[in-house]
Order: sequence, then C-alpha cells, then structure tokens
Amino acid sequence: MKDRRNFLGFGLATGAAVTLTYCASEPAAKSGAAAALEDEGRDQLGKVVTAYGERSTFEKTARLVPDTKTPATSSSRTPLADTYGIITPNALHFERHHAGVPKIDPAEHKLLIHGMVDRPLVFTLDDLKRLPSVSRVHFVECAGNTGGEWGLKTAPDVTRSHGLASCSEWTGVSLKLLLEEAGVQKAAQWLLAEGADACKMARSVPISKAMDDAMIAYAQNGEAIRPEQGYPLRLLLPGYEGNINVKWLRRIKVSDQPFYTKDETSKYTELLADGKAMIFTLPMDAKSVITRPSGGQKLKGPGALEITGLAWSGRGKITKVEVSTDGGATWKPAQLQDPVLTKAFTRFRLPWTWDGTEVQLVSRCWDETGYQQPTREELVAVRGMNSNYHCNVRKTWKIAADGSVTNA
Amino acid sequence: MHSSWLLVCIVLAAASLCAQKLGVGRAASPDEVKAWDIGISPDGRELPPGAGTSIEGKEVYDRRCKRCHGDAGKGGDETALVGGLGSLATPRPLKTVGSYWPKATTLFDYVRRAMPYKNPGSLSDAQVYAVTAYILNLNGIVGASDAMNAQTLPKVKMPNAGGFIPDSRPDTGAGKKKK
Repeated sequence: MKDRRNFLGFGLATGAAVTLTYCASEPAAKSGAAAALEDEGRDQLGKVVTAYGERSTFEKTARLVPDTKTPATSSSRTPLADTYGIITPNALHFERHHAGVPKIDPAEHKLLIHGMVDRPLVFTLDDLKRLPSVSRVHFVECAGNTGGEWGLKTAPDVTRSHGLASCSEWTGVSLKLLLEEAGVQKAAQWLLAEGADACKMARSVPISKAMDDAMIAYAQNGEAIRPEQGYPLRLLLPGYEGNINVKWLRRIKVSDQPFYTKDETSKYTELLADGKAMIFTLPMDAKSVITRPSGGQKLKGPGALEITGLAWSGRGKITKVEVSTDGGATWKPAQLQDPVLTKAFTRFRLPWTWDGTEVQLVSRCWDETGYQQPTREELVAVRGMNSNYHCNVRKTWKIAADGSVTNA
Repeated sequence: MHSSWLLVCIVLAAASLCAQKLGVGRAASPDEVKAWDIGISPDGRELPPGAGTSIEGKEVYDRRCKRCHGDAGKGGDETALVGGLGSLATPRPLKTVGSYWPKATTLFDYVRRAMPYKNPGSLSDAQVYAVTAYILNLNGIVGASDAMNAQTLPKVKMPNAGGFIPDSRPDTGAGKKKK
C-alpha cells in the first residue's frame, strides 16, 4: 500500500492534449524501496491549530475556468473525476453567473414574498433561521451540461462533458411553509423568483413545485452557502435545471401566469428539428457517467481496478446502473453505493480487470419512474441537433492499449 | 351600519393575522413592493408609465447598446438581436428577438432589469420603451413611429409567438409520451 494510486492503476495524465490542473499537479511519488517507508520530518512539531482549515498543499484539484472576455457571465466546471463519494466540496461546486457574484451583507439582505398572497411579507435571514429547517442532499445541474455530446465531436474529459453538475447537502426552509405564512390565493399558478445580482436574474416556477419539495437554502454542506452559490439565500428546486435555482434570492412574486423571462424563452428552451421549441422543460432527466477511468487519465498497466462514476435523476432515485466494457455490446450491473437519495448524485462502482487491450467503457442508468438513459442516436431521433439543453446521452470512454483514456 | 362594517374589518384583520401560523417575518409596505416589482407579465399588468418610439430608441441604442450588439442589432460581439426569420428548422438556427422570442414584454423586462451589461438599471423607463421599440422595428415587427407603452407593448404580436410547445418528455424509451 505504498501508493494507493498505483494500486488503483491510475497514473498521471502526462503529455495528453488535455492538461487539467488537477491532473498535472499530483504529488510526485518517490521511487525506490528505501524511499517508500520514510518518515521524513515527522518527528518534529507540525503546523499549529487554525481557525478555518485549508486542504493539503499537495492537493491541487480545481474547477476548470474558461478563458473568456466576459468572466462575470460565465461558468466554471466541477472536476468530477477527482471528487469522491456523492458530495461536491463547496469550493469545487460548478458556477454559472450572469452578472458576477454580488457581495451581500446578510444583515441587510431581505426576502420579499408578494403578489397573489393575503399577506405580503418581508423575511430577514434571522427570521428564516428561526423557522423549522430542512436538510437534504440534492444535485444542481446546468441545463446546458453535457451539451457538447449532441454532436459527434464529444468532450475529451468528464470535467468538460459533465462538470456543470454538483451535489451538496442543502439546509434551509421549506418554501411551502413561507408561502403558507403569506397565504397563497386560489388563482395562483406560478411564481417569479428573482435574484439580487446586478442583472436581477429571474425565472418563473410552477406553484406545484413551490408547494412540493422547494427550499430556500442558506447553508451548503454544513456552512453558509458560498457567495458563488447564492450567499446568503438561494432557491433550491430539487431536480430542476440549474438556472431556475435562483441565487442571491431577494423576491418571490406569486402570480396566475408565468412571466416568460429572457432565460426561460430565449434560453433554456429546446428547439426541435421542426422549428418548434419545448418551453418550461424543468426536470433534469436521468444521466450517468463513468468518472474513473475517464478522458485525460492514463492507466499504468493491466490489472485490477475499479470502474466508478455518478448517476442522477431529477425525477427521483436512481434504481439501476449498468456498465459495459465492450462499447455497449454486453452490460454488467454496477453496485450502487449507499445512500441512494432522491434527486441526488448516486455513486456506482464495478470491480474490473483490464487485460491491456483497447476497450470502450460506457454506463447507462434507470430512475424510479422506469426511465432509461438514452443513447445519442435515440435522443437525436426525437430532438434533432438544434436543442442545446437537457442532453443526457450515454458517454463512452476509450482505453487505448497504452492505457490512455480518451472520448470515443 | 358603520360600526358593523368596522366589526367586519376587525374580524377580517384578525383572521388574516391568525392565518399566519408562525408569525415570523413582517408585513411588506406598498412602497417596498412597488420599488422591487419589476417583473413584467405577458399581459403587461406591471408595465410602468412612459413611452418611446423606434426613432427615439435608435439614439439610446447607438449610445448604450451598439458597442456590444452591433450596428442595428447585428454583427456585434454579443447576442444578435435581429434576423434569423425562417432559420429555426434549419441546421443553423439563429435565435433572435425577431425570430425566436414569443413575447414582446420580455424585451422590456430584460432590458430594464439587466442591460446595459455593465450598468443595468441605468436606463429610464421611457428609454427602455424606446430601445424596445427600436429592436422591434429593426425586426420589422412595429413601425418607426409606433410608440411602445403599457397599452401597446403587450399587444405586439411576435413572429414566433406560436412556436412553443409544452414539455413532451419523456420522449425516449418505453415510457415515452404518445404524440
């Protein structure tokens, strides 16, 4: 057990076209039997206690930040291949902002609920924290995640193909409880959720979802929500496309009709081959992807290793994941790691022995509605090639004889 | 008569307070609501007073919008605002205000809340009406001297108003919806 990565069969992604920070900066392994059991320097006192912890200086895993002229309306991606279990560390949660991250003093922040309610109300953060809290694990996924997989030229690694999805334990207040405090009127069908960012990002939400499992979240993985995730308050609509989970939430207006905001009309609609577009396509369909081995990695040689990945559905729990090591000709059931939670990342695993020949790895999943993750051909047949969003096709990785892993 | 009405009012007010189960949060004042109530419904019920024409809007556009969106809504670094009619069912769809957006009210709502990109909220309501009129006029949807205001804007018929259908998923596999 001198080097756990050796045991797992993964090495550095050196010289590949994809040079991700997290691959390029793995700690350098010492070579030779003499070095293996060294305890250098560990008989001296280490670092003192600190008020807010930092990860090991050897760890460099980072979000992928694109080079753009407008970084305030941009996105960064979660390096899913280098995360473990089902929880995304707060600092690695993907980002998508439309007018940058506002700096908000929580003591000044207010949430207004008005419109078709009996009592328009204003809540402070302190007010919300007095109310019964709820904590649940849910993924958030951008509707544009995996958008590159519509075409034949697919993304080279899982950060680029699936990195606009992350999963956290969110804590906050049930939106239903707040709406009941305000007294929702009978005619109410929709509400407008609006952020306090510079562009006042706004989306319409069906009242049925608002009264179901919607949450106003103020915490993420045990601490206050990060600024880039909506500090101090965000709307969380479990399983719905990322954009509608409005960050820096300041206002909810209850109405009898949707508002047709820019982001739910010009964006986040599914343009079909006949020129018609589906609108208000809110839940994210079931999706799975193998994260190790995945594109940009390199296997050190034949032998035992674990195939692992993530599956999730915006419509409930994942019930089954299957993995193929022959490009989809035959399938084996993967083991689902407990806990398997609704509308959350589910970790799957399959022990496997690589024989050193060229192979193609691919996963497919089912959710509790019976829905099966489609192939690219199946999805293109019904949606065409013009729909930028809600692509949930299977992702195939090719392992070459030299151990390098690429997109097939 | 007077006193019985007063009683009704008191009872209603008490019922309203009692209906609040937890009593957390405070009543929002009408002024607070008015200051933040910027979202515009398709029927325009929240549209503010003011008006503007395409002719007035060109002057605002050229100063505040053109640098990113290009001359007359085309050819800029950022989203094209004009053109694309007839392109939606082709391999290269161009989704613009004219070719894709279903509601004219969205244009007023978005320009007022989010534009210009680096200085949102800096246009007056009259300027937003005028820029809205200009972009609609560039797309051939309203005339150059048509004034956009709270009455006229919701009545504007967008070319792709009928182009949207409800979510028809699941659309693959055994559980797909019947067409």
